[in-house]
Amino acid sequence: MRITQGTFSFLPDLTDEQIEKQIEYCLGRDCSIGIEYTDDPHPRNMLWDMWNLPMFDVADPKAILHEVNACRKAFPNHYIKINANDATRGRETVVLSFLVNRPPHEPGFRLNRQEAAGRAIRYTTHPYAADRPAGERYRE
Amino acid sequence: MQTTTENQTEERREVDVGAAAREALIDDMLRQLDAELVGLEPVKLRIRQIAALLLVERLRGQAGLSAEPPSLHMCFTGNPGAGKTTVALRMAKILHSLGYVRRGHLVVATRDDLVGQYVGHTAPKTKEILQKAVGGVLFIDEAYYLYRADNERDYGQEAIEILLQFMESRRDDLVVILAGYKDKMGRFFQCNPGLHSRIAHHIEFPDYTLEELMKIAELMARNLMYEFDAESKDAFRSYLELRIRQPHFANARSVRNAIDRVRLRHAVRIVEQGGRIPQQELARIDVLDVRQSRVFQAASERGEAKETL
Repeated sequence: MRITQGTFSFLPDLTDEQIEKQIEYCLGRDCSIGIEYTDDPHPRNMLWDMWNLPMFDVADPKAILHEVNACRKAFPNHYIKINANDATRGRETVVLSFLVNRPPHEPGFRLNRQEAAGRAIRYTTHPYAADRPAGERYRE
Repeated sequence: MQTTTENQTEERREVDVGAAAREALIDDMLRQLDAELVGLEPVKLRIRQIAALLLVERLRGQAGLSAEPPSLHMCFTGNPGAGKTTVALRMAKILHSLGYVRRGHLVVATRDDLVGQYVGHTAPKTKEILQKAVGGVLFIDEAYYLYRADNERDYGQEAIEILLQFMESRRDDLVVILAGYKDKMGRFFQCNPGLHSRIAHHIEFPDYTLEELMKIAELMARNLMYEFDAESKDAFRSYLELRIRQPHFANARSVRNAIDRVRLRHAVRIVEQGGRIPQQELARIDVLDVRQSRVFQAASERGEAKETL
């Protein structure tokens, strides 16, 4: 099951050229860009690992694409996303976030039902991949 | 039958070099360079060569004769005030207008920006600067400070190695310009032969002649909205003649300093004079403003100056 997190996630995966254009747009709006990766695809997992520090004062999208490729090389089977942070006063937040890499095979989520007191049912989702320890979840 | 006609057109196909040159605004750029930079013939020659090469390279690309992009890392050597920094600042714009670098911004770095203070600090620091410079020009002024021969545990060497690797592997991403005084750069390259051979363009900035210095002085004065009259021009020329022979003469920088001091004396003269004066007096540099320089006094004490006041 293809996970859909962040902007453009219902579109086909972006090509490098398209990623570069998106980065260029972000840089044009004075955003600083950070790269993050994870192998825990749960939608409530906000704390992805950072790939180096966010890149401040970078002028050219090629420099960031180079880092994306370095991250892809190190974690070919992880989810990798680009975050563009707008530091303008009053905004000070991530304004664009999109996936730039995903594992080749995404097994999806299991729905767990828990029978609670008084015939109530509680639901929770659980990524199949998360059954294995971190770092070994998407070995193909 | 049809294939033969195609072959014939293939042979006869022409390339409009003139149009391409006009489109790239090369002539405009070179003319502007001539107008705003006095002297520096070897530098201008090299820029002209690079401009031509990049233009031809583009035409070759269109004709399907693709080749590796040329390496444009440069090293500027020359005496103080010869215009190294000025040209480097311009180079970024020039290379951008020729389409060699994508953005044409300039990142200026010195030793402080590249070399760290403790183990493991240098690499990320250098890489960060390099990353900022991608798509533009990285200018390292006084590059010889990167390497300290007397201290083998200095982290400068590490910065140089990262720089080298970057210059080699991502040469289509940025242009590195090193600059420094001739003798010190020579020693620096002796210690780092790898760096010397990876820089294709070693450009030496010659000292300015007296005539060129005069032109620079007039240009500077004009940019500041001042004007030499005939007398003060002569005075400034004899000032320069004396100044060149003195120690610590730094070409255009000394001219700039001299003009700054002339401005001071000009201001004092105007204020002391008081009263109502014609407006153009505010722009006119008087012979007195120049003649009051210490350089003349020292020379007249030694009996060197032909004319004294």
